[in-house]
Amino acid sequence: MIGWLISGLPRRALILGAILLVVAVIAPALVGDYLLTVLILILYFAYTGQAWNIMMGFAGQLSLGHALFVGLGAYTTATLFVYYGIPPWLGLFAAVAVSMACGALMGFLAFRFRVAGVYFTILTIAFAEFARTGFDNWGYVNGSAGLFLPVAQYTQNDLWRLRGQPAMFYYVLLAATIVVFIGSRIILKSRLGYYCLAIREDEQAARASGVNTFRYKMYAVMISAGMTSFAGMFYAFYYNNLFPEQIFNISRSIEIILAPLVGGVGTLGGPILGAFVLEGLAEGLNVLLNAVGIDIPGIKQVFFGFVLLLVVILLPEGIWPWVARRLGLTERR
Amino acid sequence: MPIDIFLNVAVGGILAGLVYGLMALGLSVIFGVVRIVNFAHGEMMAMAMYLSLLAFGLFGIDPLLMILPCAIILFAFGYVLQRTLINRFITRPEHSQFLLMVAIAIIITNVQLIVFGPDARSVQTPYSFDSYQFGRLIVDADKLYGAIAALIVAAALFAFFRFTKIGTAIRACADNYTGAQVVGLNVKRLYALTFGLGCACVGASGAILMISTDVTPQFGPVATLQAFVIVITGGMGSMVGALLGGVLIGLTAAMAGLLFTPSIKAMFVYGILVLVLLFRPQGIIGKKTL
Repeated sequence: MIGWLISGLPRRALILGAILLVVAVIAPALVGDYLLTVLILILYFAYTGQAWNIMMGFAGQLSLGHALFVGLGAYTTATLFVYYGIPPWLGLFAAVAVSMACGALMGFLAFRFRVAGVYFTILTIAFAEFARTGFDNWGYVNGSAGLFLPVAQYTQNDLWRLRGQPAMFYYVLLAATIVVFIGSRIILKSRLGYYCLAIREDEQAARASGVNTFRYKMYAVMISAGMTSFAGMFYAFYYNNLFPEQIFNISRSIEIILAPLVGGVGTLGGPILGAFVLEGLAEGLNVLLNAVGIDIPGIKQVFFGFVLLLVVILLPEGIWPWVARRLGLTERR
Repeated sequence: MPIDIFLNVAVGGILAGLVYGLMALGLSVIFGVVRIVNFAHGEMMAMAMYLSLLAFGLFGIDPLLMILPCAIILFAFGYVLQRTLINRFITRPEHSQFLLMVAIAIIITNVQLIVFGPDARSVQTPYSFDSYQFGRLIVDADKLYGAIAALIVAAALFAFFRFTKIGTAIRACADNYTGAQVVGLNVKRLYALTFGLGCACVGASGAILMISTDVTPQFGPVATLQAFVIVITGGMGSMVGALLGGVLIGLTAAMAGLLFTPSIKAMFVYGILVLVLLFRPQGIIGKKTL
């Protein structure tokens, strides 16, 4: 299994991966509280980016509504926990089921009725916005007033109920990111992955060669939706508050896609590298702005807008393919 | 509820819908010819709104008098944007174009946030609280003026595409790209012109909207989505469709606000969008280009 997974990868890539893993595992012992929260953010965007990547990067379906799945995951696990005391890891099953069902509905409608390209993207936005206004007006989950998880000073980490200190959340998210990374690798090396890539490159040709494009697009959407809902659970239990206006907002969806875009759509290293680069830039900018004494809301976003602009213009394939070529990490074929 | 209320709300919704229709018209024209989806459309409208706000605050100019200046400024903005940036993306894949526009949208919105702050701003015109009574029907003056202005601008655009040489040339580009090049039309310039015209539409509608609506930096993304909904409902690339879609969406939102709660309006609007996408993806008016 492991041999099959790493076959084709140059030794350098494996060594680099192992070093990264060790550094990631011991990092909480080395960095302070603040830097740990930054690392958590990086992992969060690496995770969600990788999950989104399965749909866009592999199967070529551009979603700008992934906040929908984050929100569904967050609200499902949080309501089950707050109202019924069901621990998040059990609630996660429900959350994944809800998100996959919603993704399946969206995918079914879109692919059955041949909603493609820009229209598909707008459909994903419409679903997310629909959910946003719906949750805003849904009394059961407290509507726009928001849903809050009980917060207390935790001396012990309760992994089962996800109550505890940032270091615990860090390791949970690190494990999840590794899982989604390996999962994506498995998908890419399997029939599903090859079919998805074929659909991305040329759907007509894929269909002509006998690929059931409808089915594999559905798989991609559902897997991506289910994986993204885990990020929702994490969000809910890490931040302890949920507002439809925030979690379903289209700017959340845009945030999710930034890391894989900057890193490289459809690559495995892309979302991780992209998350590092973007958060690194953001933190650097923070330090710089603090040093100069400028505190203007919006200036960071303008900066990100320009980064995105430059990447789209100059490196349409993202940073990762370029870095991988330079470091000799590309896969042998 | 008495029937009068329904009638009044319906007419209000239709009048507001015409202004949104004009905004969406710009999106439709751009898509119909250049084949680019302007994801920064609402952000550009917010730009025009802030321009009108500034003109009103500094010189006391009525936003309705800012229609032409806003249209001209936004035309220039769109023309330059197309020439410098968007033109290189004409042959790139759809998602690449989409992301370019998203980046531009993010920059516009947040520059507005930096310059004007997050608070809602509005304009107090002398006729803000006036209304006209036609029998049992009561119409707000600002909505009525806005709708009339929107219709005039839309009519001018129709006339331009129908009766001028450049308008005909642009329609030729939309019909047949290669053919237009063969007969010696400067397609690049015509594309930039079209993009500018679409932005001029949005500029005019922004100035008009300023008399009846608050503006915040967050208004841009919302308006973009609204423009999409309208254009898809009416039919991408169709000019009449955009206005029709605007009226339909305006009417739906107004009625949903009356029958349920105002905050639930958006759900109905997106509901319509999903239904149209599924059952009539070409929109109410077919997929004719201009």
